[in-house]
Amino acid sequence: MAAFADSWLPRLVLAPTIIISLVFVYGFIAQTGWLSLTDSRMMPNYTLVGFHQYADLFGLDRWWVAATNLGIFGGLFIVFCLAIGLIMAIFLDQKIRGEGALRAIYLYPMALSFIVTGAAWKWILNPGLGLEKMMHDWGFAHFTFDWLVNSDFSIYTVVIAGVWQSSGFVMALFLAGLRGIDDSVIKAAQVDGASLPTIYRRIVIPALRPVFFSALLILAHIAIKSFDLVMALTAGGPGTSSDVPAIFMYQYSFSRGQLGLGAASAMMMLATVMAVLVPLMYLETKGARNGR
Amino acid sequence: MSNNKKSNGSTIHHDGSKLTVGRIAIYVLLVFCALYYLIPLYVMLSTSVKTLDEIRTGNLLSLPHSLTGAAWVKAWGHACTGVDCDGLAPYFWNSLRMAIPAVLISTLIGSLNGYVLAHWRFRGSEIVFTALMVGCFIPFQVVILPMARLLGMVNLSNTTPGLIFVHIVYGIAFTTLFFRNYYITVPEELVKAARIDGAGFFMTYRKIIFPLSLPIFMVCFIWQFTQIWNDFLFGVVFGGSDAKPVTVALNNLVNTSTGVTEYNVNMAAAIIAALPTLVVYLLAGKYFVRGLTAGAVKG
Repeated sequence: MAAFADSWLPRLVLAPTIIISLVFVYGFIAQTGWLSLTDSRMMPNYTLVGFHQYADLFGLDRWWVAATNLGIFGGLFIVFCLAIGLIMAIFLDQKIRGEGALRAIYLYPMALSFIVTGAAWKWILNPGLGLEKMMHDWGFAHFTFDWLVNSDFSIYTVVIAGVWQSSGFVMALFLAGLRGIDDSVIKAAQVDGASLPTIYRRIVIPALRPVFFSALLILAHIAIKSFDLVMALTAGGPGTSSDVPAIFMYQYSFSRGQLGLGAASAMMMLATVMAVLVPLMYLETKGARNGR
Repeated sequence: MSNNKKSNGSTIHHDGSKLTVGRIAIYVLLVFCALYYLIPLYVMLSTSVKTLDEIRTGNLLSLPHSLTGAAWVKAWGHACTGVDCDGLAPYFWNSLRMAIPAVLISTLIGSLNGYVLAHWRFRGSEIVFTALMVGCFIPFQVVILPMARLLGMVNLSNTTPGLIFVHIVYGIAFTTLFFRNYYITVPEELVKAARIDGAGFFMTYRKIIFPLSLPIFMVCFIWQFTQIWNDFLFGVVFGGSDAKPVTVALNNLVNTSTGVTEYNVNMAAAIIAALPTLVVYLLAGKYFVRGLTAGAVKG
């Protein structure tokens, strides 16, 4: 009797979660996919019309601005976070006095909402009273920094704020990775007379490969989803110059009453996430199987 | 860097006792980095206690001449976030009313799920686990349209219970992952011994697993609280005007285009919106970092 209960109880406990995930993840993705194949506007309409929403989407300049911005933001955000995170982790790993305090300082932005980060940098980067005025006060009369209101550069302000928020987290990942490296390999290299930079280049950084994968995965994921940071910092402006797909999706679905087009853009976001994640996860599991 | 080879070579690290040019350079760079992370916080704090006149005459880094709490009072009680001018207070409470039940329920479900997936595996449970994990990765944009429709159909649109529901649904994948990865480190022998002694499914959980779970419960509470408190997308889509969380109110306040921009009020509001997660970070940073890295290990 008890054994019988023990065979179905675990399944029963897991059942609600399985149903929730089938309905709210897989079912909803299917529904959004379907919606993207209809000509739904203000109200959903479930008559299929084929791929014309996608054709419309790819015909919109604004979509291409958003997609290009995601490429610029995502690329720079990932590269800077990885570089800064790795350098800080290596330096912090040199038996530094006050390491705990420094680590805490590098990491606290991660506890903040992107909306808070956006609000803070919106104030710092505003051309009238922020950084620019401070530099003028300090005697750099010709210093200009108007990226926030300059449509050619507004997307780069998102990079600045995003890197500030997330690079400390990458540092924490790398530091954990560094602490996990087997000391005996490094000792052996030191006995052989390898210099510190060589040890890092040839042994330590290759050993951090799995951490690179994890960090890349998470940063790519943050970048593709990024919505709040852009909303708070530039709201996609000036004009639509710092638009990203997440904002495009939101505005077409909820302010412009173009549900079909919004759904199509959401499906493209999902496709982008999958295009990044699937190969990375495949490489990572393959790497793990081969003992890295 | 050359002195390293000569040091007794126990690790790649310097022995930390000698100050060389290289080490001074490392310290300078680390302190420089620390300033980069701290300055925005200083700017927020100092701006929030300045008057608007002082903001205009001074600059970002200048110290406030006289402290005034006026911006804080206004941000909390009567700043305009869109058409409403009640400050952040009502939305702060909305966030709290939303976060506490959502955190508790999603963590509890995650704990039971993780227990099953780690110690009561059945045929297909690995597939269930993998399928669940996909829920961690999807961009939520791809589910918000059907969710909006569903919440409308069950009359939960623009309500706090609706938001709680959404956060539980999309939080379970993460909490399950945390607990599963933690429970897998609990020796199988412990669970087997309990089962041989006649303890059933829930008894084993209560007597063996749950007492070992405090650290992972902490990690999960903090991770979920941070995620839910800081959420913006669900809040702006499903919060309507009454259940708006504090992040949405802050965004409306900061992006109000009418009148003079009151940077001091904006900064006070930003700190108010950040305060709960900052306090959690200061009090339980260890668990916060573990949550971050645990969430990262799975990718």
